[in-house]
Amino acid sequence: MDNGKRFNFRSPENGNGSPFSTEQLKLATPLVGISAGAALAVFGASRKTWKGAAMAAAGGLLVFQGFRESHKTARPIHVERSFTISKPVGEVFNFWRNFENLPKFMRHLNTVEVTDQTRSHWEARAPLGTSISWEAQITDERENDYILWESLPGGAVEHRGSIQFRNAPFADATEVIVSLDYRPPVGKVGALFARLFGENPERQIREDLRRFKQLMEAGEIPTIEGQPSGRRSPFVRMMHAASAERTSVRERTSPVSA
Amino acid sequence: MKALCWFGKKDVRVETVPDPQILNPRDAIVRITRTAICGSDLHLYDGYIPTLEQGDILGHEFMGEVVEVGREVKKLKVGDKVVVPFTICCGQCYFCKNELWSACDNTNPNAHVLEALNGHNAAGLFGYSHMYGGYAGGQAQYVRVPMADVGPIQVPNDIPDEKVLFLSDIFPTGYQAAEACDIKPGQVVAVWGCGPVGQFAIRSAFMLGAGRVIAIDRFPERLQLAARANAEVINYEETPDLIETLKTMTGARGPDACIDAVGMEAHGHSVDAYIDETKQALKLTFDRAMVLRQAMQVCRKGGVVSIPGVYGGFLDKVPFGSAFAKGLTLKMGQTHMLRYMKPLLERIQNSEIDPSEIISHRVTLQDAPRMYDVFCKKEDHCTKVVLDPWADGLAA
Repeated sequence: MDNGKRFNFRSPENGNGSPFSTEQLKLATPLVGISAGAALAVFGASRKTWKGAAMAAAGGLLVFQGFRESHKTARPIHVERSFTISKPVGEVFNFWRNFENLPKFMRHLNTVEVTDQTRSHWEARAPLGTSISWEAQITDERENDYILWESLPGGAVEHRGSIQFRNAPFADATEVIVSLDYRPPVGKVGALFARLFGENPERQIREDLRRFKQLMEAGEIPTIEGQPSGRRSPFVRMMHAASAERTSVRERTSPVSA
Repeated sequence: MKALCWFGKKDVRVETVPDPQILNPRDAIVRITRTAICGSDLHLYDGYIPTLEQGDILGHEFMGEVVEVGREVKKLKVGDKVVVPFTICCGQCYFCKNELWSACDNTNPNAHVLEALNGHNAAGLFGYSHMYGGYAGGQAQYVRVPMADVGPIQVPNDIPDEKVLFLSDIFPTGYQAAEACDIKPGQVVAVWGCGPVGQFAIRSAFMLGAGRVIAIDRFPERLQLAARANAEVINYEETPDLIETLKTMTGARGPDACIDAVGMEAHGHSVDAYIDETKQALKLTFDRAMVLRQAMQVCRKGGVVSIPGVYGGFLDKVPFGSAFAKGLTLKMGQTHMLRYMKPLLERIQNSEIDPSEIISHRVTLQDAPRMYDVFCKKEDHCTKVVLDPWADGLAA
């Protein structure tokens, strides 16, 4: 059976309407403007009269404005990534199902607080030491199989996510497939959210999953932060360069020392 | 502590840096008693491996004494004498469980870089650029060893360091290259490059039943070392047509297996060798594939070309048609160290081999920058440099 379909938020199976419907309407408006404008422009130009030229110009303006509008509206983003983890499905499911574990490998999360059987409070790091938060609810789950969740209205971030767990084709290993749909709200919060997920949300999810795998398998996330190196701060480099200059002056003035 | 740091092409210096600390629960700190300069360090020295950063500590062949362990280290104890493999392995992923140790999934903090470059990531390595994790290396007085229960092997206190030091890379690497040749008793193996890995490949090929080993290089001291292990030697600079010579030596069959222990910085005097060198100088390619071309061209039909030499990018003018037409088997890759360290330690303990015979220079860490230059230029009959990071001063 095609499990993936069950997790497609736009599929009718998912029922109870998309929380993005008004957003989608907004998105549709500029598209109407663009197509109507284009039709008007083509029709006007084909008449080869003054009136036609005016129609073409008006059509062109509509197209231009339409494109401007569409740029202002945030696009929905869909991200899907999978990873193989050499641990039994039950272990992997249980670790993830306790959402409070997620900040251990999701770099942008500060905390997740589980408030009841299905609800949780999420807080994520935002730029300049600030944070944003939202409530999430599990909408469907089956033990050792899948978890679906979505954000509740009123939070900073509207999104839905799912994770599937299935046996890998070798012993005691699990394939996890994570999919995330979100619509970054326009405006200030939207900008924060965009920075939260970086320029490249696929990469963010992939690296989160990689750290999940590392933590599950190796028990720790590899790092070199804090190891020694001969790197110098810009200040020391400057001092070093200055002293090298002095040395070379000395060498020039007293060639005998060589 | 003192450590050898990379600052740019042909620019390595000994600097005073902070001592390493335990950063993760499975880490250990090792006080290094002996360390070495590897031929593959010269690829870094020559600036051919991208993603090094100024100040990076180099070195991936080292051994020493455990002085501190993290809370999740169960097997190693303070005071243990260990040889540390150059690959860092978690021991828990699919690849470690299947003894494909150098393909470990979980030890490279910069996995995504290699993934973008090569399709998949690989194990983290000590002192070998940030795409391989950026781990500080072992040409230093101390080193932090992650996943310390998996890689390092304990060696008896009564064995001199020099006899077991090369279990950290080049002995297993040469051995894996020979093992990959699937040698049947009496077969002929040709080895390009009689540097340290080549020397161990020659000795391992004999251990694995080769009847003849033909060693190819241009430096007399290296050819002498090969001859000492009973290899027949060819100085390619004095040999007008290497391919014909090899064919003549093997009744026109070609060697049953060919080992490229040279890799990306091959030298030669043919047209393609000069084109390669020019392109490499212009940064149009990472690699000079001279040796690989010769090996594929001359290898017996159905034979094996085994490649322990390091390649870093894209090759051109590789005679793939020849490899296809002859049905060659190509074997390559970083060494799966943990398969070989214990069995080879036993061979050393049984006096089947004394790896220290390839050492030409024993110097202090302070001497290391000069020795990089000497080793790079193959001056002073340099075959292998071993450093004592605690000895004072510069050698005479």
